[in-house]
Amino acid sequence: MRDVAIVGIGQTPVREHWDRGLRDLAVEAVLAAMDDAHVRRADALYVGNMLSGTLSFQEHVGALIAEYAGLEGIEAVKVEAACGSAAAALRQAVLAVQSGQVEVAIAVGVEKLTELASKCTTNALAMAADADYEAVMGLSFVAINALLMRRYMYEYGVSKEDFAAFTVNAHANARHNPFAMFHTPVTREQYAAAKMIADPINLLDSSPVSDGAAAVVIVPAERAREFSDKPVRVAACEVGTDTVALDNRANPLWLKGVERSARRAYRRAGVEPQDIGVFEVHDAFSIMAALSLEASGLAEPGTAVRLANEGAITPTGQFPIATMGGLKGRGHPVGATGLYQVVECVLHLRDEVPDAVRVEGVQYAMAQNIGGSGATVITTLLERLIT
Amino acid sequence: MDIPRNWRLRDQRYRLQGTRCASCGAHHFPPRPVCPRCRGRHVEPYRFTGRGRVYSYTVVYQAPEGFEQYVPYVVALVDLEEGVRVTAQLTDVDPEEVAIGMPVEMVLRKLGEEGERGLILYGYKFRPRIGDPKGEAESD
Repeated sequence: MRDVAIVGIGQTPVREHWDRGLRDLAVEAVLAAMDDAHVRRADALYVGNMLSGTLSFQEHVGALIAEYAGLEGIEAVKVEAACGSAAAALRQAVLAVQSGQVEVAIAVGVEKLTELASKCTTNALAMAADADYEAVMGLSFVAINALLMRRYMYEYGVSKEDFAAFTVNAHANARHNPFAMFHTPVTREQYAAAKMIADPINLLDSSPVSDGAAAVVIVPAERAREFSDKPVRVAACEVGTDTVALDNRANPLWLKGVERSARRAYRRAGVEPQDIGVFEVHDAFSIMAALSLEASGLAEPGTAVRLANEGAITPTGQFPIATMGGLKGRGHPVGATGLYQVVECVLHLRDEVPDAVRVEGVQYAMAQNIGGSGATVITTLLERLIT
Repeated sequence: MDIPRNWRLRDQRYRLQGTRCASCGAHHFPPRPVCPRCRGRHVEPYRFTGRGRVYSYTVVYQAPEGFEQYVPYVVALVDLEEGVRVTAQLTDVDPEEVAIGMPVEMVLRKLGEEGERGLILYGYKFRPRIGDPKGEAESD
């Protein structure tokens, strides 16, 4: 199989885009990525999206977005893996170009969550869980994460307040990202006083409901310089899965899907966890950031929260995460999130991030996109290409 | 949710019926066609005793649609004595009294209703174990 590279990136600001629909957002990101790669055509479009049918009453968005992006006629399909949809679409784009069947592929993630009343959105997001055995019990997606966080606190003797470190870091970094939803810092005092949603998860543990789209253009690495002065190599893009229902896991605090996906990615790329300079983690809730760091091999089980409080996760720390705000600060348009993470990793490797969140000497950047409470995990490792 | 779906799930909802692997003896809930432990396909129905302990829990303040009238309510992961974990609401208990490790038992209760004229859903919930509140009679 041939090597592939990312030669174009595009993203819309993450907002509550009341004035824009799903197709508008997707098209804006696709066109921005195509302009960045200086391409006018592509051979295939893979659309990551979770809830177009439920919230926008629109399926068949592969062909729709291709048509409105001026790509009518090309291969185009939607890929769905709950909140992991965008990176799952990227995986398809990578495989298509690696195989030699496709020369120029575009992966776009798009989500429009603010179309209906917030109750509808809450219910729709719960579809990432097991409908027959989890959602029917009145378990929202927040509540599933609350079950994890409570047990984590119990097992490892960590206090609720200790989780503030993740939120403080995410918001501090998001301030410098013009595409982020939030540009206001959060203090530990504000975190402690935030409204409880599903105890012990409060509003400031939770990523915001938001809209957005992000896209990349993938080509064979050997042709990358025809398109871009700063191509970024896709060293790995690997999927791992686990049970959909949290209760079916022997140890819910060990995200096996993360472990499987990360290990496959490390093996494919030939790297160790300590080689990763930037880690865009799936911090939909602060507990997910902690569990992802542990199952990805960056922190020992039960230590991630302590390390976060010692500053390990900041841009100058041992393993910087959420450098552009993460899901908490940049926002979490679910089926788009995985490609926001990848776009941000590309910005790091092109040296195009704001100085305040710059990380020195990054050779590898890692994006990890998670569907559900860890049932689908896609770990993407991107590598700087030496000129 | 639709009527056929809830009808299909009656043995699970009302009787906490799962499966047991005839090859390796593992229990499963929900019922499974393939044993996740040994990959065997010879599974038989198994009705759980409904006794267990709280593995983790949350008190829900912001509820999904259809559950607003019940807040605050407690949802827990319950470790059944057969070694299987299930997700269910806790009932007949003050949220402040819930603790990890608390012994609980299954009861059949209303799970919710689909609007004023819709179906009323019944199914399993768990309450603190009666007569043996600390679970001391057990050897687990």
